[in-house]
Amino acid sequence: MRSPVTGWLFLAPTILVLVVFGLVPFIYVAVVGFFDWNPFAANPDLVFAGVNNYRRLVFDNQFLRSIGLTLQFTFWVVLSQLIIGYLLAQLFMRDFPLKGLFRTIHTLPLLVAPIAVGAAWRLLCVPGLGPLPFYLNRWFGIDFRLGSFEHQAFITTVVMDIWHWTPLVTLTLLAGLSAMPKEPFESAQVDGANRWQTFWHIMLPLLKPVLITTTFIRLMDALRTVDEVWMLTGGGPGTATRYIGLHIWRVVFPQTDYGYGAAMSLMTLYLTIMLCWFLYVGLVARKPRAS
Amino acid sequence: MKKKGILLPIVVWCVMTLITLLPIWWLFVVSMRTRVQLFGRPSLLLDGFYWGNYVEVLENEEFRFYLWNSIIVATSNCLIVTVLAFLATFALSRYKLAGEDSLFFWLITNRMAPAAVFLLPLFLLYTQVFRLGDFQLFDTRIGLILLYCVFNLPFAIWLLKGIMDGIPKELDEAAMIDGASTFQVLTRVVMPLAKPGLAVTAILTWMFAWNEYLFAATLTSVEARTITTGLAEFVTVTGTNWGELAALSMLTLAPALIFLGFVQRHIVAGLTFGAVKE
Repeated sequence: MRSPVTGWLFLAPTILVLVVFGLVPFIYVAVVGFFDWNPFAANPDLVFAGVNNYRRLVFDNQFLRSIGLTLQFTFWVVLSQLIIGYLLAQLFMRDFPLKGLFRTIHTLPLLVAPIAVGAAWRLLCVPGLGPLPFYLNRWFGIDFRLGSFEHQAFITTVVMDIWHWTPLVTLTLLAGLSAMPKEPFESAQVDGANRWQTFWHIMLPLLKPVLITTTFIRLMDALRTVDEVWMLTGGGPGTATRYIGLHIWRVVFPQTDYGYGAAMSLMTLYLTIMLCWFLYVGLVARKPRAS
Repeated sequence: MKKKGILLPIVVWCVMTLITLLPIWWLFVVSMRTRVQLFGRPSLLLDGFYWGNYVEVLENEEFRFYLWNSIIVATSNCLIVTVLAFLATFALSRYKLAGEDSLFFWLITNRMAPAAVFLLPLFLLYTQVFRLGDFQLFDTRIGLILLYCVFNLPFAIWLLKGIMDGIPKELDEAAMIDGASTFQVLTRVVMPLAKPGLAVTAILTWMFAWNEYLFAATLTSVEARTITTGLAEFVTVTGTNWGELAALSMLTLAPALIFLGFVQRHIVAGLTFGAVKE
Protein backbone atom coordinates (compact mmCIF):
# COMPACT_ATOMS: atom_id res chain seq x y z
CA MET A 1 0.00 0.00 0.00
CA ARG A 2 2.68 2.49 1.03
CA SER A 3 5.00 1.89 -1.86
CA PRO A 4 7.94 4.30 -2.01
CA VAL A 5 7.17 4.86 -5.69
CA THR A 6 4.03 6.75 -4.78
CA GLY A 7 6.03 8.80 -2.29
CA TRP A 8 8.61 9.71 -4.91
CA LEU A 9 5.81 10.62 -7.30
CA PHE A 10 4.51 13.11 -4.75
CA LEU A 11 7.99 14.56 -4.35
CA ALA A 12 8.88 14.57 -8.03
CA PRO A 13 7.42 17.97 -9.03
CA THR A 14 9.09 19.69 -6.08
CA ILE A 15 12.45 18.11 -6.83
CA LEU A 16 12.11 18.92 -10.52
CA VAL A 17 11.40 22.61 -9.90
CA LEU A 18 14.20 22.97 -7.38
CA VAL A 19 16.72 21.17 -9.60
CA VAL A 20 15.90 23.25 -12.67
CA PHE A 21 15.66 26.63 -10.95
CA GLY A 22 17.92 26.10 -7.95
CA LEU A 23 20.61 23.54 -8.73
CA VAL A 24 21.10 24.17 -12.46
CA PRO A 25 21.79 27.93 -12.00
CA PHE A 26 24.30 27.06 -9.32
CA ILE A 27 26.19 24.63 -11.57
CA TYR A 28 25.86 27.01 -14.50
CA VAL A 29 27.40 29.93 -12.58
CA ALA A 30 30.26 27.69 -11.49
CA VAL A 31 30.96 26.67 -15.09
CA VAL A 32 30.64 30.14 -16.63
CA GLY A 33 33.07 31.45 -14.00
CA PHE A 34 35.87 29.59 -15.78
CA PHE A 35 35.21 31.24 -19.12
CA ASP A 36 35.67 34.61 -20.76
CA TRP A 37 32.28 35.53 -22.09
CA ASN A 38 31.14 38.93 -23.22
CA PRO A 39 28.48 38.82 -25.94
CA PHE A 40 29.22 42.43 -26.89
CA ALA A 41 32.99 42.09 -27.11
CA ALA A 42 35.00 41.46 -30.29
CA ASN A 43 34.80 37.74 -29.64
CA PRO A 44 31.27 36.97 -28.33
CA ASP A 45 31.95 33.26 -27.76
CA LEU A 46 32.90 31.48 -24.58
CA VAL A 47 36.66 31.15 -24.26
CA PHE A 48 38.10 28.96 -21.56
CA ALA A 49 40.00 31.15 -19.13
CA GLY A 50 40.91 28.83 -16.27
CA VAL A 51 41.08 30.73 -13.00
CA ASN A 52 41.80 34.09 -14.62
CA ASN A 53 38.46 35.51 -13.52
CA TYR A 54 39.22 34.57 -9.94
CA ARG A 55 42.71 36.05 -10.21
CA ARG A 56 41.16 39.34 -11.31
CA LEU A 57 38.89 39.36 -8.25
CA VAL A 58 41.79 39.60 -5.83
CA PHE A 59 42.90 42.90 -7.38
CA ASP A 60 39.43 44.33 -7.98
CA ASN A 61 39.30 47.27 -5.55
CA GLN A 62 35.61 47.92 -6.09
CA PHE A 63 34.77 44.32 -5.28
CA LEU A 64 36.95 44.31 -2.18
CA ARG A 65 35.49 47.62 -1.02
CA SER A 66 31.95 46.28 -1.47
CA ILE A 67 32.81 43.20 0.55
CA GLY A 68 34.30 45.39 3.28
CA LEU A 69 31.24 47.65 3.36
CA THR A 70 28.92 44.66 3.50
CA LEU A 71 30.83 43.22 6.45
CA GLN A 72 30.72 46.54 8.31
CA PHE A 73 27.01 46.90 7.61
CA THR A 74 26.33 43.33 8.72
CA PHE A 75 28.37 43.71 11.89
CA TRP A 76 26.59 46.85 13.09
CA VAL A 77 23.17 45.65 12.05
CA VAL A 78 23.35 42.23 13.69
CA LEU A 79 24.99 43.52 16.86
CA SER A 80 22.45 46.33 17.37
CA GLN A 81 19.54 44.06 16.62
CA LEU A 82 20.69 41.45 19.12
CA ILE A 83 21.05 44.05 21.88
CA ILE A 84 17.84 45.96 21.17
CA GLY A 85 15.92 42.77 20.49
CA TYR A 86 17.09 41.22 23.77
CA LEU A 87 16.05 44.27 25.80
CA LEU A 88 12.66 44.43 24.10
CA ALA A 89 12.10 40.71 24.58
CA GLN A 90 12.86 41.12 28.30
CA LEU A 91 10.18 43.80 28.49
CA PHE A 92 7.72 41.46 26.79
CA MET A 93 8.29 38.93 29.58
CA ARG A 94 6.34 41.13 31.94
CA ASP A 95 2.59 41.46 32.01
CA PHE A 96 1.14 44.77 31.00
CA PRO A 97 -2.02 46.01 29.31
CA LEU A 98 -2.32 45.91 25.49
CA LYS A 99 0.65 43.53 25.21
CA GLY A 100 -0.95 41.66 22.30
CA LEU A 101 -1.55 44.84 20.35
CA PHE A 102 2.00 46.10 20.87
CA ARG A 103 3.29 42.74 19.72
CA THR A 104 1.18 42.71 16.58
CA ILE A 105 2.30 46.20 15.58
CA HIS A 106 5.91 45.27 16.32
CA THR A 107 5.58 42.39 13.81
CA LEU A 108 4.39 44.64 10.99
CA PRO A 109 7.79 45.58 9.46
CA LEU A 110 8.56 41.88 8.86
CA LEU A 111 5.74 41.63 6.33
CA VAL A 112 6.29 44.89 4.48
CA ALA A 113 7.98 44.61 1.08
CA PRO A 114 11.63 45.65 1.40
CA ILE A 115 11.20 47.91 -1.59
CA ALA A 116 8.35 49.75 0.19
CA VAL A 117 10.49 50.00 3.33
CA GLY A 118 13.14 51.70 1.21
CA ALA A 119 10.55 54.03 -0.29
CA ALA A 120 9.21 54.97 3.15
CA TRP A 121 12.66 55.75 4.53
CA ARG A 122 13.56 57.67 1.42
CA LEU A 123 10.50 59.85 1.91
CA LEU A 124 11.52 60.38 5.53
CA CYS A 125 14.94 61.55 4.38
CA VAL A 126 14.23 63.76 1.36
CA PRO A 127 15.60 67.24 2.09
CA GLY A 128 12.92 69.92 2.16
CA LEU A 129 10.18 67.32 2.48
CA GLY A 130 10.95 64.64 5.05
CA PRO A 131 10.80 65.17 8.79
CA LEU A 132 14.22 63.62 9.48
CA PRO A 133 16.36 66.37 7.89
CA PHE A 134 14.03 69.03 9.25
CA TYR A 135 14.03 67.98 12.89
CA LEU A 136 17.64 66.84 12.96
CA ASN A 137 18.60 70.30 11.79
CA ARG A 138 16.25 72.11 14.13
CA TRP A 139 16.96 70.15 17.30
CA PHE A 140 20.58 69.11 16.84
CA GLY A 141 21.84 71.42 14.12
CA ILE A 142 22.75 68.45 11.93
CA ASP A 143 22.98 69.07 8.22
CA PHE A 144 21.31 65.83 7.11
CA ARG A 145 21.77 65.10 3.41
CA LEU A 146 21.94 61.45 2.39
CA GLY A 147 23.10 62.33 -1.09
CA SER A 148 26.15 64.24 0.13
CA PHE A 149 27.55 62.66 3.27
CA GLU A 150 28.83 59.12 3.12
CA HIS A 151 28.70 58.31 6.82
CA GLN A 152 25.13 59.61 7.08
CA ALA A 153 24.04 57.36 4.23
CA PHE A 154 25.76 54.37 5.82
CA ILE A 155 24.25 55.01 9.24
CA THR A 156 20.79 55.53 7.77
CA THR A 157 20.90 52.16 5.97
CA VAL A 158 21.90 50.56 9.28
CA VAL A 159 19.08 52.30 11.15
CA MET A 160 16.61 51.30 8.45
CA ASP A 161 17.65 47.67 8.69
CA ILE A 162 17.38 47.81 12.47
CA TRP A 163 13.85 49.15 12.07
CA HIS A 164 12.99 46.43 9.58
CA TRP A 165 14.43 43.32 11.23
CA THR A 166 14.73 43.91 15.00
CA PRO A 167 11.17 42.54 15.45
CA LEU A 168 12.37 39.14 14.24
CA VAL A 169 15.13 39.11 16.86
CA THR A 170 12.74 40.31 19.57
CA LEU A 171 10.26 37.55 18.81
CA THR A 172 12.81 34.73 18.54
CA LEU A 173 14.51 35.78 21.77
CA LEU A 174 11.12 36.12 23.41
CA ALA A 175 10.37 32.54 22.40
CA GLY A 176 13.70 31.51 23.90
CA LEU A 177 13.07 33.41 27.14
CA SER A 178 9.57 31.98 27.51
CA ALA A 179 10.82 28.42 27.22
CA MET A 180 13.50 28.96 29.87
CA PRO A 181 13.37 27.09 33.19
CA LYS A 182 12.98 29.28 36.29
CA GLU A 183 14.90 27.18 38.80
CA PRO A 184 18.45 28.24 37.90
CA PHE A 185 17.52 31.89 38.35
CA GLU A 186 15.89 31.24 41.69
CA SER A 187 18.84 29.31 43.03
CA ALA A 188 21.18 32.01 41.73
CA GLN A 189 19.19 34.55 43.70
CA VAL A 190 19.38 32.40 46.80
CA ASP A 191 23.14 32.12 46.34
CA GLY A 192 23.34 35.90 46.21
CA ALA A 193 24.46 36.34 42.59
CA ASN A 194 24.17 39.88 41.31
CA ARG A 195 22.32 40.74 38.10
CA TRP A 196 25.43 40.77 35.94
CA GLN A 197 26.56 37.36 37.22
CA THR A 198 23.09 35.94 36.67
CA PHE A 199 23.03 37.30 33.14
CA TRP A 200 26.51 36.10 32.26
CA HIS A 201 26.54 32.68 33.89
CA ILE A 202 22.92 31.60 33.62
CA MET A 203 20.96 33.66 31.12
CA LEU A 204 23.47 33.63 28.28
CA PRO A 205 24.28 29.89 28.36
CA LEU A 206 20.59 29.03 28.51
CA LEU A 207 19.73 31.42 25.70
CA LYS A 208 22.69 30.38 23.57
CA PRO A 209 20.93 28.01 21.14
CA VAL A 210 18.28 30.60 20.30
CA LEU A 211 20.85 33.39 20.15
CA ILE A 212 22.97 31.44 17.69
CA THR A 213 20.05 30.55 15.44
CA THR A 214 18.92 34.16 15.41
CA THR A 215 22.41 35.43 14.69
CA PHE A 216 22.82 33.12 11.70
CA ILE A 217 19.47 33.96 10.20
CA ARG A 218 20.06 37.68 10.54
CA LEU A 219 23.64 37.37 9.35
CA MET A 220 22.67 35.64 6.12
CA ASP A 221 19.87 38.10 5.48
CA ALA A 222 22.02 41.15 6.22
CA LEU A 223 24.77 39.92 3.89
CA ARG A 224 22.37 39.84 0.97
CA THR A 225 20.53 43.11 1.62
CA VAL A 226 19.78 44.85 -1.67
CA ASP A 227 16.24 46.16 -2.17
CA GLU A 228 15.90 48.64 0.69
CA VAL A 229 19.33 50.12 0.21
CA TRP A 230 18.80 50.46 -3.51
CA MET A 231 15.60 52.39 -2.88
CA LEU A 232 17.06 54.57 -0.12
CA THR A 233 20.48 55.55 -1.44
CA GLY A 234 20.96 53.76 -4.75
CA GLY A 235 24.33 52.60 -3.36
CA GLY A 236 25.62 56.14 -3.02
CA PRO A 237 26.80 58.71 -2.41
CA GLY A 238 29.75 57.49 -4.44
CA THR A 239 30.16 53.91 -3.34
CA ALA A 240 29.42 54.47 0.36
CA THR A 241 26.50 52.04 0.56
CA ARG A 242 27.21 49.83 -2.44
CA TYR A 243 26.96 46.51 -0.65
CA ILE A 244 27.99 43.36 -2.47
CA GLY A 245 24.54 42.45 -3.79
CA LEU A 246 24.12 45.95 -5.19
CA HIS A 247 27.60 45.85 -6.67
CA ILE A 248 26.97 42.61 -8.56
CA TRP A 249 23.54 43.70 -9.70
CA ARG A 250 24.13 47.31 -10.64
CA VAL A 251 27.79 47.47 -11.64
CA VAL A 252 29.04 44.07 -12.76
CA PHE A 253 25.85 42.84 -14.35
CA PRO A 254 25.36 45.75 -16.82
CA GLN A 255 28.97 45.40 -17.99
CA THR A 256 27.93 42.11 -19.66
CA ASP A 257 31.27 40.62 -18.67
CA TYR A 258 29.47 37.42 -17.82
CA GLY A 259 32.40 35.17 -17.01
CA TYR A 260 33.77 37.66 -14.52
CA GLY A 261 30.32 38.33 -13.05
CA ALA A 262 29.80 34.61 -12.58
CA ALA A 263 33.15 34.28 -10.81
CA MET A 264 32.23 37.19 -8.53
CA SER A 265 28.81 35.69 -7.77
CA LEU A 266 30.33 32.37 -6.85
CA MET A 267 33.04 34.01 -4.77
CA THR A 268 30.38 35.96 -2.86
CA LEU A 269 28.51 32.76 -2.13
CA TYR A 270 31.74 31.11 -1.04
CA LEU A 271 32.64 34.02 1.28
CA THR A 272 29.14 33.95 2.79
CA ILE A 273 29.41 30.25 3.51
CA MET A 274 32.93 30.62 4.90
CA LEU A 275 31.89 33.45 7.21
CA CYS A 276 29.01 31.37 8.54
CA TRP A 277 31.31 28.39 8.90
CA PHE A 278 33.89 30.31 10.93
CA LEU A 279 31.19 31.71 13.16
CA TYR A 280 29.69 28.28 13.55
CA VAL A 281 33.04 26.82 14.56
CA GLY A 282 33.70 29.72 16.90
CA LEU A 283 30.30 29.77 18.57
CA VAL A 284 28.93 26.29 18.47
CA ALA A 285 31.43 23.58 17.81
CA ARG A 286 33.56 24.31 20.84
CA LYS A 287 30.97 22.90 23.18
CA PRO A 288 28.39 20.22 22.41
CA ARG A 289 25.05 21.94 22.44
CA ALA A 290 21.86 20.49 23.78
CA SER A 291 18.98 21.08 21.46
CA MET B 1 10.97 35.68 36.88
CA LYS B 2 10.59 38.81 38.94
CA LYS B 3 7.51 40.83 38.09
CA LYS B 4 8.36 44.50 38.22
CA GLY B 5 6.29 47.55 37.49
CA ILE B 6 4.28 47.94 34.34
CA LEU B 7 5.23 51.56 33.78
CA LEU B 8 8.55 50.89 32.08
CA PRO B 9 7.25 48.35 29.53
CA ILE B 10 4.26 50.54 28.69
CA VAL B 11 6.37 53.63 28.11
CA VAL B 12 8.99 51.77 26.09
CA TRP B 13 6.40 49.98 24.00
CA CYS B 14 4.47 53.16 23.29
CA VAL B 15 7.70 54.71 22.01
CA MET B 16 8.53 51.57 20.02
CA THR B 17 5.08 51.55 18.46
CA LEU B 18 5.52 55.16 17.38
CA ILE B 19 8.92 54.34 15.87
CA THR B 20 7.53 51.27 14.11
CA LEU B 21 4.61 53.14 12.66
CA LEU B 22 6.42 56.38 11.80
CA PRO B 23 7.74 55.45 8.32
CA ILE B 24 4.44 53.86 7.31
CA TRP B 25 2.41 56.70 8.78
CA TRP B 26 4.61 59.17 6.91
CA LEU B 27 3.97 57.29 3.65
CA PHE B 28 0.26 57.58 4.34
CA VAL B 29 0.47 61.29 5.19
CA VAL B 30 2.48 62.06 2.04
CA SER B 31 0.08 60.04 -0.09
CA MET B 32 -2.75 62.18 1.29
CA ARG B 33 -1.16 65.51 0.37
CA THR B 34 -1.25 67.62 -2.74
CA ARG B 35 1.99 68.79 -4.29
CA VAL B 36 1.62 72.23 -2.71
CA GLN B 37 0.98 70.86 0.77
CA LEU B 38 4.09 68.70 0.66
CA PHE B 39 6.79 71.30 0.95
CA GLY B 40 7.67 73.62 3.79
CA ARG B 41 7.36 72.53 7.38
CA PRO B 42 7.07 68.73 7.40
CA SER B 43 4.09 68.28 9.69
CA LEU B 44 3.45 64.69 10.77
CA LEU B 45 -0.25 65.34 11.15
CA LEU B 46 -2.82 64.49 8.54
CA ASP B 47 -4.12 67.60 6.74
CA GLY B 48 -7.24 65.89 5.50
CA PHE B 49 -8.07 63.29 2.92
CA TYR B 50 -6.94 63.89 -0.64
CA TRP B 51 -7.26 60.86 -2.91
CA GLY B 52 -5.76 62.47 -6.00
CA ASN B 53 -2.47 60.56 -5.78
CA TYR B 54 -4.21 57.21 -5.60
CA VAL B 55 -6.45 58.18 -8.51
CA GLU B 56 -3.41 59.18 -10.58
CA VAL B 57 -1.65 55.89 -9.85
CA LEU B 58 -4.68 53.70 -10.49
CA GLU B 59 -5.64 55.57 -13.65
CA ASN B 60 -2.18 54.98 -15.03
CA GLU B 61 -2.51 51.96 -17.27
CA GLU B 62 1.08 50.89 -16.73
CA PHE B 63 0.68 50.66 -12.96
CA ARG B 64 -2.62 48.86 -13.29
CA PHE B 65 -0.81 46.33 -15.48
CA TYR B 66 1.98 45.99 -12.88
CA LEU B 67 -0.57 45.44 -10.14
CA TRP B 68 -2.34 42.84 -12.25
CA ASN B 69 0.95 41.05 -12.98
CA SER B 70 1.82 41.02 -9.29
CA ILE B 71 -1.56 39.59 -8.39
CA ILE B 72 -1.29 36.85 -11.03
CA VAL B 73 2.31 35.97 -10.18
CA ALA B 74 1.79 35.92 -6.42
CA THR B 75 -1.48 34.00 -6.59
CA SER B 76 -0.28 31.38 -9.09
CA ASN B 77 2.96 30.93 -7.21
CA CYS B 78 1.13 30.56 -3.92
CA LEU B 79 -1.23 27.93 -5.37
CA ILE B 80 1.56 25.93 -7.01
CA VAL B 81 3.76 26.10 -3.93
CA THR B 82 1.00 25.14 -1.52
CA VAL B 83 -0.08 22.14 -3.60
CA LEU B 84 3.47 20.92 -4.30
CA ALA B 85 4.53 21.41 -0.70
CA PHE B 86 1.44 19.61 0.52
CA LEU B 87 2.22 16.60 -1.67
CA ALA B 88 5.93 16.72 -0.81
CA THR B 89 5.38 16.89 2.94
CA PHE B 90 2.82 14.10 2.73
CA ALA B 91 5.47 11.95 1.05
CA LEU B 92 8.17 12.98 3.54
CA SER B 93 6.01 12.33 6.56
CA ARG B 94 4.11 9.16 5.49
CA TYR B 95 6.51 7.19 3.30
CA LYS B 96 9.84 5.63 4.14
CA LEU B 97 12.12 6.94 1.43
CA ALA B 98 15.81 6.26 0.99
CA GLY B 99 17.86 9.34 1.87
CA GLU B 100 14.91 11.50 2.77
CA ASP B 101 16.80 13.35 5.50
CA SER B 102 19.47 14.52 3.07
CA LEU B 103 16.80 15.36 0.54
CA PHE B 104 14.94 17.42 3.12
CA PHE B 105 18.12 19.25 4.04
CA TRP B 106 18.86 20.01 0.39
CA LEU B 107 15.32 21.30 -0.17
CA ILE B 108 15.72 23.72 2.73
CA THR B 109 19.13 25.07 1.71
CA ASN B 110 17.57 26.46 -1.45
CA ARG B 111 16.14 29.27 0.59
CA MET B 112 19.45 30.33 2.11
CA ALA B 113 21.06 31.26 -1.20
CA PRO B 114 21.67 35.00 -1.65
CA ALA B 115 19.53 36.26 -4.52
CA ALA B 116 22.23 38.46 -6.02
CA VAL B 117 24.45 35.42 -6.59
CA PHE B 118 21.83 33.74 -8.76
CA LEU B 119 20.82 36.79 -10.79
CA LEU B 120 23.47 36.36 -13.43
CA PRO B 121 23.09 32.62 -14.08
CA LEU B 122 19.31 32.90 -14.07
CA PHE B 123 19.39 35.84 -16.46
CA LEU B 124 21.62 33.88 -18.82
CA LEU B 125 19.54 30.72 -18.50
CA TYR B 126 16.32 32.63 -19.05
CA THR B 127 17.57 34.46 -22.12
CA GLN B 128 19.87 31.88 -23.72
CA VAL B 129 19.28 28.36 -22.51
CA PHE B 130 15.70 27.71 -21.37
CA ARG B 131 14.01 28.36 -24.69
CA LEU B 132 11.72 26.55 -27.03
CA GLY B 133 11.72 28.02 -30.51
CA ASP B 134 10.72 31.65 -30.04
CA PHE B 135 9.55 31.13 -26.49
CA GLN B 136 11.91 32.10 -23.72
CA LEU B 137 11.29 32.39 -20.01
CA PHE B 138 12.71 35.91 -19.86
CA ASP B 139 10.03 38.54 -19.31
CA THR B 140 7.21 36.07 -18.77
CA ARG B 141 4.97 35.66 -15.76
CA ILE B 142 5.47 31.91 -15.82
CA GLY B 143 9.21 32.47 -15.54
CA LEU B 144 8.72 34.43 -12.32
CA ILE B 145 6.09 32.04 -10.99
CA LEU B 146 8.40 29.05 -11.38
CA LEU B 147 11.43 30.88 -10.05
CA TYR B 148 9.68 32.03 -6.88
CA CYS B 149 9.15 28.36 -6.07
CA VAL B 150 12.87 28.16 -5.31
CA PHE B 151 12.58 30.25 -2.17
CA ASN B 152 8.91 29.61 -1.37
CA LEU B 153 8.86 25.81 -1.65
CA PRO B 154 11.53 25.21 1.03
CA PHE B 155 9.70 27.60 3.32
CA ALA B 156 6.31 25.99 2.70
CA ILE B 157 7.71 22.49 3.13
CA TRP B 158 9.24 23.46 6.46
CA LEU B 159 6.02 24.95 7.73
CA LEU B 160 3.82 22.10 6.51
CA LYS B 161 6.17 19.32 7.63
CA GLY B 162 5.53 20.15 11.28
CA ILE B 163 1.81 20.26 10.69
CA MET B 164 1.76 17.04 8.69
CA ASP B 165 3.78 15.19 11.35
CA GLY B 166 1.24 16.39 13.89
CA ILE B 167 -1.67 14.68 12.12
CA PRO B 168 -1.97 11.14 13.55
CA LYS B 169 -1.01 8.47 11.03
CA GLU B 170 -3.67 6.17 12.49
CA LEU B 171 -6.32 8.32 10.83
CA ASP B 172 -5.15 7.74 7.27
CA GLU B 173 -4.35 4.11 8.01
CA ALA B 174 -7.90 3.62 9.22
CA ALA B 175 -9.21 5.26 6.07
CA MET B 176 -6.98 3.01 3.95
CA ILE B 177 -8.36 -0.08 5.68
CA ASP B 178 -11.86 1.18 4.88
CA GLY B 179 -10.83 1.09 1.23
CA ALA B 180 -9.93 4.72 0.56
CA SER B 181 -7.40 5.40 -2.17
CA THR B 182 -4.29 7.45 -1.51
CA PHE B 183 -5.92 10.38 -3.27
CA GLN B 184 -8.99 10.13 -1.05
CA VAL B 185 -6.81 9.98 2.04
CA LEU B 186 -5.11 13.16 0.91
CA THR B 187 -8.24 15.12 0.09
CA ARG B 188 -10.73 13.74 2.62
CA VAL B 189 -8.61 12.99 5.67
CA VAL B 190 -5.36 14.93 5.68
CA MET B 191 -6.39 18.10 3.91
CA PRO B 192 -9.26 19.08 6.24
CA LEU B 193 -6.98 18.60 9.24
CA ALA B 194 -4.11 20.54 7.66
CA LYS B 195 -6.37 23.40 6.54
CA PRO B 196 -5.26 26.05 9.07
CA GLY B 197 -1.62 25.27 8.33
CA LEU B 198 -2.27 25.37 4.60
CA ALA B 199 -3.93 28.77 4.97
CA VAL B 200 -0.96 30.26 6.84
CA THR B 201 1.44 28.72 4.31
CA ALA B 202 -0.56 30.14 1.43
CA ILE B 203 -0.72 33.64 2.90
CA LEU B 204 2.98 33.80 3.71
CA THR B 205 4.11 32.43 0.33
CA TRP B 206 1.76 34.89 -1.34
CA MET B 207 3.33 37.73 0.66
CA PHE B 208 6.89 36.67 -0.17
CA ALA B 209 6.07 36.44 -3.89
CA TRP B 210 4.32 39.80 -3.78
CA ASN B 211 7.25 41.46 -1.97
CA GLU B 212 10.00 40.08 -4.21
CA TYR B 213 11.92 42.67 -6.18
CA LEU B 214 15.41 41.68 -7.33
CA PHE B 215 14.47 38.78 -9.63
CA ALA B 216 11.44 40.60 -10.98
CA ALA B 217 13.62 43.59 -11.84
CA THR B 218 16.28 41.48 -13.57
CA LEU B 219 14.26 38.79 -15.31
CA THR B 220 11.50 40.93 -16.79
CA SER B 221 11.54 43.99 -19.00
CA VAL B 222 8.05 44.94 -20.21
CA GLU B 223 5.50 42.16 -20.21
CA ALA B 224 5.83 40.76 -16.72
CA ARG B 225 6.91 43.70 -14.56
CA THR B 226 5.49 43.57 -11.06
CA ILE B 227 4.38 46.27 -8.67
CA THR B 228 7.67 46.31 -6.75
CA THR B 229 9.65 46.98 -9.92
CA GLY B 230 7.13 49.68 -10.82
CA LEU B 231 7.73 51.30 -7.45
CA ALA B 232 11.50 51.20 -7.87
CA GLU B 233 11.34 52.62 -11.40
CA PHE B 234 9.08 55.38 -10.20
CA VAL B 235 11.88 56.84 -8.12
CA THR B 236 14.38 56.94 -10.93
CA VAL B 237 11.97 58.00 -13.66
CA THR B 238 9.91 60.77 -12.12
CA GLY B 239 12.30 61.81 -9.39
CA THR B 240 10.18 64.17 -7.37
CA ASN B 241 6.57 63.08 -7.68
CA TRP B 242 6.52 62.14 -4.01
CA GLY B 243 2.75 62.04 -3.49
CA GLU B 244 2.25 59.38 -6.13
CA LEU B 245 5.32 57.49 -5.00
CA ALA B 246 3.79 57.33 -1.52
CA ALA B 247 0.43 56.24 -2.89
CA LEU B 248 2.08 53.46 -4.90
CA SER B 249 4.09 52.40 -1.83
CA MET B 250 0.91 52.24 0.23
CA LEU B 251 -0.65 49.98 -2.41
CA THR B 252 2.46 47.79 -2.33
CA LEU B 253 2.36 47.35 1.42
CA ALA B 254 -1.43 47.11 1.74
CA PRO B 255 -1.43 43.27 1.72
CA ALA B 256 0.96 43.31 4.67
CA LEU B 257 -1.50 45.44 6.65
CA ILE B 258 -4.40 43.17 5.66
CA PHE B 259 -2.73 39.86 6.47
CA LEU B 260 -0.79 40.95 9.56
CA GLY B 261 -3.45 39.78 12.00
CA PHE B 262 -3.76 36.34 10.41
CA VAL B 263 -0.14 35.35 10.26
CA GLN B 264 1.66 37.26 12.99
CA ARG B 265 1.66 34.22 15.30
CA HIS B 266 3.35 32.08 12.65
CA ILE B 267 5.72 34.47 11.00
CA VAL B 268 8.59 33.82 13.40
CA ALA B 269 8.43 30.07 13.07
CA GLY B 270 8.22 30.63 9.33
CA LEU B 271 11.15 33.01 9.01
CA THR B 272 13.44 30.96 11.25
CA PHE B 273 12.60 27.62 9.61
CA GLY B 274 10.90 26.39 12.70
CA ALA B 275 14.19 26.55 14.55
CA VAL B 276 12.39 28.84 16.96
CA LYS B 277 8.92 27.87 18.02
CA GLU B 278 6.52 29.99 19.97
